[in-house]
Amino acid sequence: MVDLSAKSPCDGMLPVSVGSCSLSEEPPMRLTLIAPYAGQEGAVSAAMEAAHGLAFPAPNRSSFGPEGARAVWFGRGQALLMGPEASPGLAEHAALTDISDGWAVVRLEGERAEDVLARLVPLDLRPQVFEPGHTARTELRHMMASLTRVSAKSFQIMVFRSFAQTLVHDVKTAMEAVAARG
Amino acid sequence: MRITCPICGERDRREFTYRGAALKTPALEAGIEAWHAQVHLRGNPAGPLAELWHHEMGCGAWVQVTRNTATHEMLGSVLAEDAGLAVSASETEVET
Repeated sequence: MVDLSAKSPCDGMLPVSVGSCSLSEEPPMRLTLIAPYAGQEGAVSAAMEAAHGLAFPAPNRSSFGPEGARAVWFGRGQALLMGPEASPGLAEHAALTDISDGWAVVRLEGERAEDVLARLVPLDLRPQVFEPGHTARTELRHMMASLTRVSAKSFQIMVFRSFAQTLVHDVKTAMEAVAARG
Repeated sequence: MRITCPICGERDRREFTYRGAALKTPALEAGIEAWHAQVHLRGNPAGPLAELWHHEMGCGAWVQVTRNTATHEMLGSVLAEDAGLAVSASETEVET
Protein backbone atom coordinates (compact mmCIF):
# COMPACT_ATOMS: atom_id res chain seq x y z
CA MET A 1 0.00 0.00 0.00
CA VAL A 2 1.43 3.35 -1.04
CA ASP A 3 1.40 5.84 1.77
CA LEU A 4 0.22 9.18 0.36
CA SER A 5 0.50 12.34 2.39
CA ALA A 6 -1.83 15.28 1.85
CA LYS A 7 -0.13 18.48 0.74
CA SER A 8 -1.59 21.92 0.29
CA PRO A 9 -1.22 23.43 -3.22
CA CYS A 10 1.54 25.87 -2.19
CA ASP A 11 3.31 23.47 0.17
CA GLY A 12 6.99 24.33 0.47
CA MET A 13 6.63 27.59 -1.49
CA LEU A 14 4.91 29.89 0.98
CA PRO A 15 5.01 32.08 2.96
CA VAL A 16 7.28 34.66 1.35
CA SER A 17 7.85 38.27 2.36
CA VAL A 18 9.36 40.95 0.17
CA GLY A 19 9.56 44.55 1.29
CA SER A 20 6.32 45.52 2.99
CA CYS A 21 4.28 42.71 1.43
CA SER A 22 3.79 39.12 2.37
CA LEU A 23 2.21 36.22 0.54
CA SER A 24 0.89 33.28 2.52
CA GLU A 25 -1.29 30.28 1.90
CA GLU A 26 -4.71 30.08 3.53
CA PRO A 27 -5.20 27.05 5.75
CA PRO A 28 -6.97 24.24 3.88
CA MET A 29 -10.74 24.58 4.11
CA ARG A 30 -13.87 23.19 2.54
CA LEU A 31 -14.74 24.91 -0.76
CA THR A 32 -18.16 24.22 -2.21
CA LEU A 33 -19.31 25.64 -5.51
CA ILE A 34 -23.01 26.48 -5.38
CA ALA A 35 -24.78 26.86 -8.72
CA PRO A 36 -28.52 27.50 -8.28
CA TYR A 37 -30.88 25.70 -10.65
CA ALA A 38 -32.86 27.92 -13.02
CA GLY A 39 -35.21 30.17 -11.07
CA GLN A 40 -33.98 28.88 -7.70
CA GLU A 41 -31.70 31.81 -6.78
CA GLY A 42 -34.06 33.09 -4.08
CA ALA A 43 -34.60 29.66 -2.55
CA VAL A 44 -30.84 29.00 -2.49
CA SER A 45 -30.17 32.33 -0.85
CA ALA A 46 -32.80 31.66 1.82
CA ALA A 47 -31.44 28.16 2.46
CA MET A 48 -27.89 29.49 2.72
CA GLU A 49 -29.04 32.20 5.09
CA ALA A 50 -30.75 29.63 7.30
CA ALA A 51 -27.94 27.08 7.27
CA HIS A 52 -24.82 29.24 7.16
CA GLY A 53 -25.90 32.80 7.97
CA LEU A 54 -24.84 33.95 4.51
CA ALA A 55 -27.02 35.12 1.63
CA PHE A 56 -26.12 34.20 -1.96
CA PRO A 57 -23.70 36.99 -2.91
CA ALA A 58 -24.48 39.52 -5.63
CA PRO A 59 -22.09 39.72 -8.61
CA ASN A 60 -18.67 41.09 -7.61
CA ARG A 61 -19.44 40.79 -3.91
CA SER A 62 -18.54 38.48 -1.02
CA SER A 63 -19.63 38.30 2.58
CA PHE A 64 -18.49 37.02 5.94
CA GLY A 65 -20.72 34.85 8.08
CA PRO A 66 -20.45 33.38 11.55
CA GLU A 67 -17.45 31.21 12.52
CA GLY A 68 -15.27 32.24 9.59
CA ALA A 69 -17.70 31.06 6.91
CA ARG A 70 -17.62 33.10 3.73
CA ALA A 71 -19.60 33.31 0.52
CA VAL A 72 -17.77 34.60 -2.54
CA TRP A 73 -19.42 35.31 -5.89
CA PHE A 74 -17.59 33.03 -8.31
CA GLY A 75 -18.91 33.73 -11.78
CA ARG A 76 -22.24 33.88 -13.51
CA GLY A 77 -24.81 32.03 -11.41
CA GLN A 78 -22.15 30.63 -9.09
CA ALA A 79 -20.99 31.26 -5.55
CA LEU A 80 -18.28 29.67 -3.48
CA LEU A 81 -18.98 28.69 0.10
CA MET A 82 -15.69 28.77 2.02
CA GLY A 83 -15.25 27.13 5.39
CA PRO A 84 -18.13 24.96 6.50
CA GLU A 85 -19.43 21.79 4.95
CA ALA A 86 -22.37 22.83 2.75
CA SER A 87 -25.74 22.00 4.23
CA PRO A 88 -27.20 19.00 2.34
CA GLY A 89 -30.49 20.91 2.09
CA LEU A 90 -28.91 23.26 -0.45
CA ALA A 91 -28.77 20.40 -2.94
CA GLU A 92 -32.54 20.71 -3.38
CA HIS A 93 -32.14 24.07 -5.13
CA ALA A 94 -28.59 24.09 -6.44
CA ALA A 95 -25.84 21.94 -7.87
CA LEU A 96 -23.16 21.53 -5.20
CA THR A 97 -19.60 20.67 -6.15
CA ASP A 98 -16.80 20.07 -3.69
CA ILE A 99 -13.78 21.85 -5.15
CA SER A 100 -11.69 21.97 -1.96
CA ASP A 101 -8.72 20.26 -3.58
CA GLY A 102 -9.00 22.09 -6.88
CA TRP A 103 -7.97 25.63 -6.04
CA ALA A 104 -4.94 27.30 -4.53
CA VAL A 105 -5.97 29.97 -2.03
CA VAL A 106 -3.40 32.57 -1.00
CA ARG A 107 -3.43 35.89 0.77
CA LEU A 108 -1.40 38.94 -0.23
CA GLU A 109 -0.99 41.45 2.57
CA GLY A 110 0.90 44.67 2.95
CA GLU A 111 1.06 48.41 2.57
CA ARG A 112 1.70 48.10 -1.18
CA ALA A 113 -0.45 45.08 -2.01
CA GLU A 114 -2.43 47.17 -4.51
CA ASP A 115 0.76 48.17 -6.33
CA VAL A 116 1.76 44.51 -6.56
CA LEU A 117 -1.62 43.49 -7.95
CA ALA A 118 -1.63 46.42 -10.38
CA ARG A 119 1.17 44.58 -12.15
CA LEU A 120 -0.85 41.39 -12.38
CA VAL A 121 -4.55 42.07 -12.94
CA PRO A 122 -6.40 44.51 -15.24
CA LEU A 123 -8.68 45.87 -12.51
CA ASP A 124 -9.16 49.22 -10.83
CA LEU A 125 -8.13 48.31 -7.28
CA ARG A 126 -8.26 51.76 -5.69
CA PRO A 127 -9.90 51.40 -2.26
CA GLN A 128 -12.77 53.72 -3.16
CA VAL A 129 -13.65 51.46 -6.12
CA PHE A 130 -12.66 47.97 -4.93
CA GLU A 131 -13.73 47.96 -1.29
CA PRO A 132 -13.31 45.27 1.38
CA GLY A 133 -15.69 42.44 0.48
CA HIS A 134 -15.60 43.25 -3.22
CA THR A 135 -14.54 40.37 -5.44
CA ALA A 136 -13.88 39.80 -9.13
CA ARG A 137 -13.32 36.95 -11.50
CA THR A 138 -10.46 38.20 -13.60
CA GLU A 139 -7.23 37.37 -15.34
CA LEU A 140 -3.99 37.19 -13.40
CA ARG A 141 -1.07 36.80 -15.79
CA HIS A 142 -3.19 34.67 -18.16
CA MET A 143 -4.55 32.57 -15.32
CA MET A 144 -8.25 32.56 -14.49
CA ALA A 145 -8.39 33.96 -11.00
CA SER A 146 -10.74 35.02 -8.26
CA LEU A 147 -9.59 38.14 -6.43
CA THR A 148 -11.23 39.40 -3.23
CA ARG A 149 -10.31 42.33 -1.05
CA VAL A 150 -10.50 40.84 2.43
CA SER A 151 -9.57 44.01 4.31
CA ALA A 152 -8.02 47.41 3.64
CA LYS A 153 -4.56 45.98 2.96
CA SER A 154 -5.11 42.33 2.23
CA PHE A 155 -6.37 40.41 -0.77
CA GLN A 156 -7.31 36.79 -1.33
CA ILE A 157 -6.17 35.33 -4.63
CA MET A 158 -7.45 32.01 -5.98
CA VAL A 159 -6.28 30.11 -9.06
CA PHE A 160 -6.56 26.51 -10.18
CA ARG A 161 -4.35 24.31 -8.05
CA SER A 162 -2.26 23.31 -11.07
CA PHE A 163 -1.20 26.98 -11.41
CA ALA A 164 0.01 27.29 -7.80
CA GLN A 165 3.70 27.37 -8.66
CA THR A 166 3.16 29.93 -11.46
CA LEU A 167 1.02 32.05 -9.15
CA VAL A 168 3.64 32.12 -6.42
CA HIS A 169 6.36 32.91 -8.97
CA ASP A 170 4.43 35.73 -10.63
CA VAL A 171 3.23 37.36 -7.40
CA LYS A 172 6.69 37.10 -5.86
CA THR A 173 8.27 38.66 -8.96
CA ALA A 174 5.77 41.54 -8.79
CA MET A 175 6.46 41.97 -5.05
CA GLU A 176 10.19 42.19 -5.77
CA ALA A 177 9.63 44.70 -8.58
CA VAL A 178 7.50 46.92 -6.35
CA ALA A 179 10.00 46.67 -3.48
CA ALA A 180 12.89 47.52 -5.82
CA ARG A 181 11.28 50.82 -6.70
CA GLY A 182 11.69 51.85 -3.05
CA MET B 1 -10.19 48.62 -25.32
CA ARG B 2 -12.74 48.27 -22.54
CA ILE B 3 -15.80 46.04 -22.82
CA THR B 4 -18.82 46.26 -20.55
CA CYS B 5 -20.00 42.92 -19.25
CA PRO B 6 -23.68 43.16 -18.24
CA ILE B 7 -22.83 41.20 -15.08
CA CYS B 8 -19.33 42.38 -14.06
CA GLY B 9 -19.28 45.93 -15.41
CA GLU B 10 -16.60 47.57 -17.55
CA ARG B 11 -13.55 45.34 -17.89
CA ASP B 12 -10.33 45.16 -19.80
CA ARG B 13 -10.50 43.55 -23.23
CA ARG B 14 -7.98 40.87 -22.26
CA GLU B 15 -10.56 39.18 -20.01
CA PHE B 16 -12.65 38.46 -23.13
CA THR B 17 -12.28 36.22 -26.14
CA TYR B 18 -13.78 37.08 -29.51
CA ARG B 19 -16.26 34.89 -31.32
CA GLY B 20 -17.21 36.99 -34.34
CA ALA B 21 -20.41 38.55 -35.64
CA ALA B 22 -23.46 37.83 -33.49
CA LEU B 23 -25.62 35.75 -35.81
CA LYS B 24 -28.74 33.87 -34.93
CA THR B 25 -28.24 30.13 -35.22
CA PRO B 26 -30.47 28.70 -37.98
CA ALA B 27 -32.84 25.90 -37.14
CA LEU B 28 -31.34 22.44 -37.54
CA GLU B 29 -33.53 21.74 -40.56
CA ALA B 30 -32.98 25.21 -42.11
CA GLY B 31 -31.17 23.81 -45.12
CA ILE B 32 -27.79 24.16 -46.77
CA GLU B 33 -28.18 27.80 -47.87
CA ALA B 34 -28.98 29.08 -44.39
CA TRP B 35 -26.13 27.10 -42.86
CA HIS B 36 -23.73 28.17 -45.61
CA ALA B 37 -24.58 31.80 -44.80
CA GLN B 38 -24.16 31.16 -41.07
CA VAL B 39 -20.74 29.57 -41.44
CA HIS B 40 -19.16 31.48 -44.35
CA LEU B 41 -20.87 34.78 -45.22
CA ARG B 42 -19.93 37.89 -43.23
CA GLY B 43 -20.78 41.55 -43.81
CA ASN B 44 -17.45 42.83 -42.43
CA PRO B 45 -18.74 46.41 -42.10
CA ALA B 46 -16.52 49.40 -41.31
CA GLY B 47 -18.89 50.72 -38.69
CA PRO B 48 -21.26 49.40 -36.04
CA LEU B 49 -21.30 45.61 -35.77
CA ALA B 50 -23.06 43.33 -33.32
CA GLU B 51 -20.55 40.72 -32.23
CA LEU B 52 -20.13 38.02 -29.62
CA TRP B 53 -17.55 38.18 -26.87
CA HIS B 54 -17.03 35.53 -24.21
CA HIS B 55 -16.13 36.85 -20.78
CA GLU B 56 -13.91 33.83 -20.45
CA MET B 57 -11.52 35.07 -17.76
CA GLY B 58 -14.38 36.71 -15.88
CA CYS B 59 -17.87 35.48 -15.10
CA GLY B 60 -18.16 33.19 -18.13
CA ALA B 61 -21.07 35.04 -19.77
CA TRP B 62 -21.54 35.33 -23.52
CA VAL B 63 -22.10 38.98 -24.36
CA GLN B 64 -23.42 40.62 -27.49
CA VAL B 65 -21.35 43.77 -27.89
CA THR B 66 -22.14 46.44 -30.46
CA ARG B 67 -18.85 47.97 -31.53
CA ASN B 68 -17.84 50.42 -34.22
CA THR B 69 -15.17 48.43 -36.01
CA ALA B 70 -13.58 51.60 -37.44
CA THR B 71 -13.23 53.51 -34.16
CA HIS B 72 -13.63 50.76 -31.50
CA GLU B 73 -16.37 52.87 -29.95
CA MET B 74 -18.53 50.68 -27.71
CA LEU B 75 -22.19 51.22 -28.52
CA GLY B 76 -23.80 48.80 -26.10
CA SER B 77 -23.66 45.34 -24.63
CA VAL B 78 -26.27 42.83 -23.58
CA LEU B 79 -26.21 39.19 -22.52
CA ALA B 80 -26.38 36.96 -25.60
CA GLU B 81 -29.50 35.23 -24.34
CA ASP B 82 -31.22 38.59 -23.81
CA ALA B 83 -30.35 39.43 -27.41
CA GLY B 84 -32.24 36.33 -28.54
CA LEU B 85 -29.11 34.42 -29.50
CA ALA B 86 -29.60 31.46 -27.18
CA VAL B 87 -30.48 28.21 -28.90
CA SER B 88 -33.60 26.69 -27.37
CA ALA B 89 -33.14 23.52 -25.33
CA SER B 90 -35.16 21.48 -27.84
CA GLU B 91 -32.69 22.47 -30.59
CA THR B 92 -29.76 21.11 -28.66
CA GLU B 93 -31.28 17.75 -27.87
CA VAL B 94 -29.54 14.97 -29.69
CA GLU B 95 -31.66 12.07 -30.85
CA THR B 96 -30.32 8.79 -29.56
